[in-house]
Amino acid sequence: MNQTTLKAEPGKQEIFIFREFEAPRDLVFRTLTDPVLLAQWMNPFNMTSEIHRYDAINGGAYHYTQTDPKGGKHVYSGAFHEVTAPERIIRTFEYLNLPERGHVHLDTFRLEALPGNRTRLTVHSVYPSVSDRDTATRPGMNTRSLKTTLAGSCPLPTAPGAPTSTSSFPKHDETGQRLTGR
Amino acid sequence: MNLNAIAENFSVSRPAISQHIKVLTECGLVIIRQQGRERYCEAKLGQLGQVASWIEPYRKEWEHQFSALDHLLDQLQSKSKSKPKTKKRKRP
Repeated sequence: MNQTTLKAEPGKQEIFIFREFEAPRDLVFRTLTDPVLLAQWMNPFNMTSEIHRYDAINGGAYHYTQTDPKGGKHVYSGAFHEVTAPERIIRTFEYLNLPERGHVHLDTFRLEALPGNRTRLTVHSVYPSVSDRDTATRPGMNTRSLKTTLAGSCPLPTAPGAPTSTSSFPKHDETGQRLTGR
Repeated sequence: MNLNAIAENFSVSRPAISQHIKVLTECGLVIIRQQGRERYCEAKLGQLGQVASWIEPYRKEWEHQFSALDHLLDQLQSKSKSKPKTKKRKRP
């Protein structure tokens, strides 16, 4: 089996993910841009994906919810800066369950055709800060532990008077809309 | 190993060795024990393993997803190869 390798140096804001696939580049590109196909493999922690919007075109946007085995909802959204078939996708990515907005990272997916109908994928993600990267790359964290990490290891710029308690986290329903007035 | 014994292995000055050891102590990679007039240094390299492994769960999670993608790519490729044989009729 092809191995997934990472490059993540301490103290940096970026991470690289490398993986090769036994499939032609066009097909791998389709599995990254077709929401029906994407929902079949992009399910970390045995979550199930519901994709509300996925316009993988230049200037498009996406928005999806993943449900973990305990029923917890995780909402993600972002915009496609560039989608050039079959070689490159540049998008923003934000996890909307975080205690506050603004922790957006930039992902570049590069697909390289290899001999024998094989493909090499490189994902380069750049985060706003080192602690954003380190928090995002600790999988399995629920919102509370993320909150603890954010509060403990990196003093985040918080607007004066901004809500900081656990109970005032922005809540999202399954479509990702922020619930208000509850 | 005491500080003098460590310093003999390097061409830099003894104070410089002390500085390096101090940094390593702060990182928890070296602990110093005072025995009489001598200070003994002990390497604690276990933490270096953590440096390498902090990202491992994240890598595993991607591996898990990419394995699912391998499977999907296999399915898609075998489907396109066998398409002429197993062409399904559309339901009326």
